[in-house]
Amino acid sequence: MSKVLKSRISERREEWRTKAASARDKPAKFGPDIDLTSFTKPSIKDKVKSLGSLSHQIQESALYAGIDANETFRSGSYFQIDHSVVYERVQKAFEGKVEIMSTAEALEKYDWVADLWWKAVPVDQDKYTAQAELDQTHGYFIRIRKGQKVEKPIQACLFLAENNISQNVHNMIIVEDGADAQIITGCTRGQEVEQGMHVGISEFFLGKGSSLMFTMIHNWAERFDVRPRTGVILEEDATYVSNYILLRPVSSIQMYPAAYLNGDNSRVRFNTILSGQKDSYIDVGSKTVLKGENTRAESVARAVAGDRSIIYARGQIIGQSNTGRGHLDCRGILLSEEAEMQAIPELISEKAPRAELSHEAAISPIAEEEVYYLMSRGLSKDEAVSMITRGFLNIDIPGLPPVLKGYIQRTLDAASEEGL
Amino acid sequence: MKCFSYNPKYVINLVIYFDHWRLPLRKGVKTMLEIEDLSVEIGDRSILKKLSLHIDEGEVHALLGQNGSGKTTLLMVIMGMPAYKVTNGRIIFQGSDITGKTVDERARMGIGVAFQKPPSVRGIKTSQMVEICMDKKDEKRANEIAGRLNVVDLMDRDVNAGFSGGEAKRSEMLQLLAQNPSFAMFDEPESGVDLDNIALVGSAMNEILEKDRVRMKKAAGLIVTHTGHILDYVNADIGHILMDGTIVCEGNPRDLFDDIRAHGYEGCVECRRC
Ligand SMILES: Nc1ncnc2c1ncn2[C@@H]1O[C@H](COP(=O)(O)OP(=O)(O)OP(=O)(O)O)[C@@H](O)[C@H]1O
Ligand SMILES: [Mg+2]
Repeated sequence: MSKVLKSRISERREEWRTKAASARDKPAKFGPDIDLTSFTKPSIKDKVKSLGSLSHQIQESALYAGIDANETFRSGSYFQIDHSVVYERVQKAFEGKVEIMSTAEALEKYDWVADLWWKAVPVDQDKYTAQAELDQTHGYFIRIRKGQKVEKPIQACLFLAENNISQNVHNMIIVEDGADAQIITGCTRGQEVEQGMHVGISEFFLGKGSSLMFTMIHNWAERFDVRPRTGVILEEDATYVSNYILLRPVSSIQMYPAAYLNGDNSRVRFNTILSGQKDSYIDVGSKTVLKGENTRAESVARAVAGDRSIIYARGQIIGQSNTGRGHLDCRGILLSEEAEMQAIPELISEKAPRAELSHEAAISPIAEEEVYYLMSRGLSKDEAVSMITRGFLNIDIPGLPPVLKGYIQRTLDAASEEGL
Repeated sequence: MKCFSYNPKYVINLVIYFDHWRLPLRKGVKTMLEIEDLSVEIGDRSILKKLSLHIDEGEVHALLGQNGSGKTTLLMVIMGMPAYKVTNGRIIFQGSDITGKTVDERARMGIGVAFQKPPSVRGIKTSQMVEICMDKKDEKRANEIAGRLNVVDLMDRDVNAGFSGGEAKRSEMLQLLAQNPSFAMFDEPESGVDLDNIALVGSAMNEILEKDRVRMKKAAGLIVTHTGHILDYVNADIGHILMDGTIVCEGNPRDLFDDIRAHGYEGCVECRRC
């Protein structure tokens, strides 16, 4: 690395760190406040030659989060365990089209990465963004080069293998002009790992005419606290589709990913599937700023609250251009007398009197009539409820590639078998 | 006038009168369904009042009656839908009292219903419904039946979501064929179905009711019909007229229809007094 670049980064680092330090104790706007001081340092994990050489247990857990150790159906993979990047590879056929590495590496390799660092998410947003800067533990850098259509998904796994550690990743995803890709991110933990913290910063930059479908699966456990912070910046004619799936218990998760539709004709769609189980505290939303002309935002959320779970399903669309249009669609089912749900759609028009913003939100029980219809064909009541719930969560996602479709089906199947 | 009052004494005569030609076949015939003095409420409203009905194995009955007379209610209460509260009487199916049994228990015992207005269920495909209906998954057979009923295009859609009237009826037939109940109920199977498709629906019903088996047939059925059109395709042995929550007439279904056509349901009010 050149001396000039090195000094430039350290200069920037100084700036980021100062800002981060000022937000070190700043609680997030939403969600329970987590004490970040009590986590321990994990051991360094060795690199592996192939995902197949990871332990069987790790492979299995990862598979539940969409990460396939057999990479035949993937164009590239990134695998991080605790604080160590153990694997990063682009399949031969996609070399030169896709780049995958740790963000720490990327910062050293390309000077422009520093220009984008903390551009889509403010470093001083809260104590979690601050922590990611002050104590960053890698994260992935994925870059799809100009004009490349990458038909097989890229996969990235953020894995927690030790108890009581905090993984503070900072990811960056660059989809250059005219490029087209799908990414599956699986965040999960080893079966015996009970407790931990995951802070995940993800900054997306979508160039002109590019398109990205980003699918994120979270599989945590009862004592995990999770604080993702996501920002997506779209240029002209870019399309971003986010699929977020949470079907297992968690202690708390709070996130409010934001998409900035700066370029004209850019569009975004957020699909969110939430199942609250046990004592899960789930506060998940999506925020879109319609800045460019003819921008479109759509957010579809389906949430099922069972046991003693609490779900906040938020959505916000801010219209800043007269030709912007956005719609929020949020529906929830409460399965338990002890569960709680709040659907909070927000529409804001900022000096854009002709912007069209709308929402529909509903919280309602499962229709008895449907349950008995299925029972009249021989299903027990529990089977019928679980099948209807599964159907309710199974959002129809236009343009979803078959690989992802199959994958989401399997995730829902697995969850409903375990008594969703 | 083939209309008799619902006096048990006459009913016995009537059954003998209409069934005498079948008597040689009826030896050893068992009762499929016996409803005794059944009263049913929805909310606080009394819908069925001391209704009795007897259906033997191998028999197909038709149930006629004005809108709102309680036909659907009777079918739903036989299926065990909990919104319908039984306040009196009992339902015996193949010798056991099912009055307290749940819907799925009844389905597994061999009772099935093609709904008048089946609900649409988002996220559940017709093909999945067919799968549920079958004892064990048999995709080949599912597709074969779907082909015959001309519903292949519906298999991959959410069940009943946006189905036309005729499509919904055929999807119900598809599910019942897959379920293969020994006692099948059809709630206005022909309403909203065009002529070409009535033949399809009729042949599905005949298959469910094992009409092709002359001697060994056991399956029985109860068909609710307004128009009687379906009876041109599916032969019913006995007809009943339901009025104000109770069966007022019983007889040859075609004669009952002729009567209703001539005199309206009002005729039955009169006949009540005969
Ligand atoms: N859920 C309900 N709540 C209140 N009343 C009901 C309910 N379901 C049915 N009813 C009433 O019960 C009566 C009988 O209804 P039912 O559906 O059994 O009639 P039907 O004979 O099948 O009529 P149709 O020929 O129109 O199908 C009607 O007056 C109806 O309004
Ligand atoms: Mg009816």
